[in-house]
Amino acid sequence: MKETFTPKDDMTMDLFDLIGPVMIGPSSSHTAGAARIGLTARLLLNEDVCKAEVGFHGSFAKTYRGHGTDRAIVGGLMGMAVDDPRLRDSLTLARESGMDVCFDVVNIRGAHPNTVRLTLTGVSGKELTMEAASVGGGNIEIHKLNGLNVDFTGKEHTLIIHQTDAPGVIAAVTGALAGQSINIANMQVYRRKAGADAMMVLELDGAPEDYVLESLKHMKAIRNVTFLKRRPC
Amino acid sequence: MDFTLSEWVNLAGEGSLADAAVKQQAEETGMTVEAVRATMHSHLCCMQEAVQSGLDEKLRSVSGLSGGQAALFLKRMQEGKLLGGRLLGKAEVYAMATAECNACMGKIVAAPTAGACGILPGTILAMMEESDVSEEQAVDALFVAAAVGQSIATQASISGAEGGCQAECGSAAAMAAAALAYLEGGTPQQCADAAAFAIMNLLGLVCDPVGGLVEVPCVYRNVGSCGVAFTAADMVLSGIRCPIAPDEVILAMKEVGDALPASLRETGDGGCAACASVRARLKANTL
Ligand code: SF4
Repeated sequence: MKETFTPKDDMTMDLFDLIGPVMIGPSSSHTAGAARIGLTARLLLNEDVCKAEVGFHGSFAKTYRGHGTDRAIVGGLMGMAVDDPRLRDSLTLARESGMDVCFDVVNIRGAHPNTVRLTLTGVSGKELTMEAASVGGGNIEIHKLNGLNVDFTGKEHTLIIHQTDAPGVIAAVTGALAGQSINIANMQVYRRKAGADAMMVLELDGAPEDYVLESLKHMKAIRNVTFLKRRPC
Repeated sequence: MDFTLSEWVNLAGEGSLADAAVKQQAEETGMTVEAVRATMHSHLCCMQEAVQSGLDEKLRSVSGLSGGQAALFLKRMQEGKLLGGRLLGKAEVYAMATAECNACMGKIVAAPTAGACGILPGTILAMMEESDVSEEQAVDALFVAAAVGQSIATQASISGAEGGCQAECGSAAAMAAAALAYLEGGTPQQCADAAAFAIMNLLGLVCDPVGGLVEVPCVYRNVGSCGVAFTAADMVLSGIRCPIAPDEVILAMKEVGDALPASLRETGDGGCAACASVRARLKANTL
C-alpha cells in the first residue's frame, strides 16, 4: 500500500529514491509519511506535545491500525524519524511520558485520501492545528495550518510567518533574506481577508541565521515566526 | 537525460553499468563517488539486518496476517528440501523474511517500495552467501538495479496505486534480474534485456492488498517474484535476446497499468482483497 512516486516532476534524479528510504514498515505512505507528518507538526509547535487529537480521514481512517499509522503519527509527534525502531512502541512510550493522545475518524470534504488532522497542545499551553496528507512514497504535503490553507512539503528549508495582513511585511521579510543572500525558491501568501490573519510560507535555498529570525519576530505586524530546517531523511 | 534503459546502456558504453550509475548519481546530487557508494553500502547492511529480524519465528504483524512464515520456509531450506535448489531457495526465504519484517513494522529499505522490499535484497544476499559475491560487487549490483528502477519510474510507475503490482513487484523483479545478470558478467544490454524479461513475466499483475494492508498477497509475491528474476537472468545469460526493446516493454507496462480498473490498483476492492472469506476474517479481526 503506498507510493504515488512521480519522479517526472522532480528536477534531479536520485537513485536512493529507488533503493531507499530506510524506513520502518509496512507502508511508505501509511507509515513513513505519517511519521513525517507527526514530526513536522512537532517541529512547527516547537515544544514537546502534551495533548494530541488525531483525526484520520479516508484510507487512513480505514487502515490506520493495521498500517501502524497511529503509532507513526504519535512517534513523529515525539520527535522520531521514519527509520526509528521506537515508532512501533510509540503509543506505550507516549502513555509513559504522560502525553494524552486520542484518535478519531473524521471526514474532511475534498481532502486527499490519506489525510490527517492534528490538534495539538504543547507543554507551555501553545496550540497548533494542522491538516496534512501523505501523498505517496513517504512524501507529505501540509494543507492547513491553524485554520489557514497552505501548501508546503517540509522537504526544503521552510520559513513560516504568521502575521496581520499589512503593507510592508512581505518586503521586510524578503529584504531580511536578501540581506543574508538567501535565495527564495518558492513563496506563498495566504490570508482570510484583507487586513486580517495572514500567513506567508517561503521555501528557501539556505537557512537564515537565528538573529534574523529573532529580528523578524519583533516586527509589529508579525505574530509568529517558525523555521523548519530541510528534512534530512 | 530521460533515463531510459537504452540511455543507460549508451552511458555505460564499453564500461560497467554500475560505474555509470554511481557517476550519474554523484553528478546529480553533488555527492562524492565515495559518499554515494558508502550510502548504498549502509543500505546493504540494513537489508541484512531486515532479513535477520524477519526470520524470527515469533514475529507477528499488528493485524496477525503475517509473521513467522519465513522461519518455516528457512527450516525447509536448511533441510535441503526446497524444490528449486539452494540459491533460489535462499533468495526466496530472505525475500519473505524482509517482506515480513516490513509487515511487522521492522526497519527495511524500500526497493523500490516498501511493499516490494524483499525481492532485491533476497536475490543479492543469496548471491553473496551462495555464490561468492563480495560486498563491493553487491553494492555495484544494487546500483545497476537502481538504474533500472529509475528507468521504470521515469517511463511508467513504481506505484501500486498507479500501475498495479506489476509496478511494484514487477519493477523489483526487473531490478533484481538486471542485478543478477550484472553479477554473472552480463553486458549492460543483457542487464536491460533481463529487466525486460522480468517485466514481461509479471505484466498485468494487479494490486489487491487484503484489508488494504501490505501483507496478503504482498508477502507471497515477494517470494514468487524472485523466481522470475532468476529465470530472466538465466535466459539472457544463455544468449537469448529480448525480441522487444526493453524500453518498449516498460511502456507496455505503463499502458497496462493505465488500463487497470481502480479496484485493482491498491484500493483493496478487487482480486485477493475481494474474497469473501478474507473479508469476513478481517472484519472479525477488527482492523
Ligand atoms: S499487491 Fe499492491 S500493496 Fe501489495 S506489494 Fe503489490 S503493489 Fe504493493
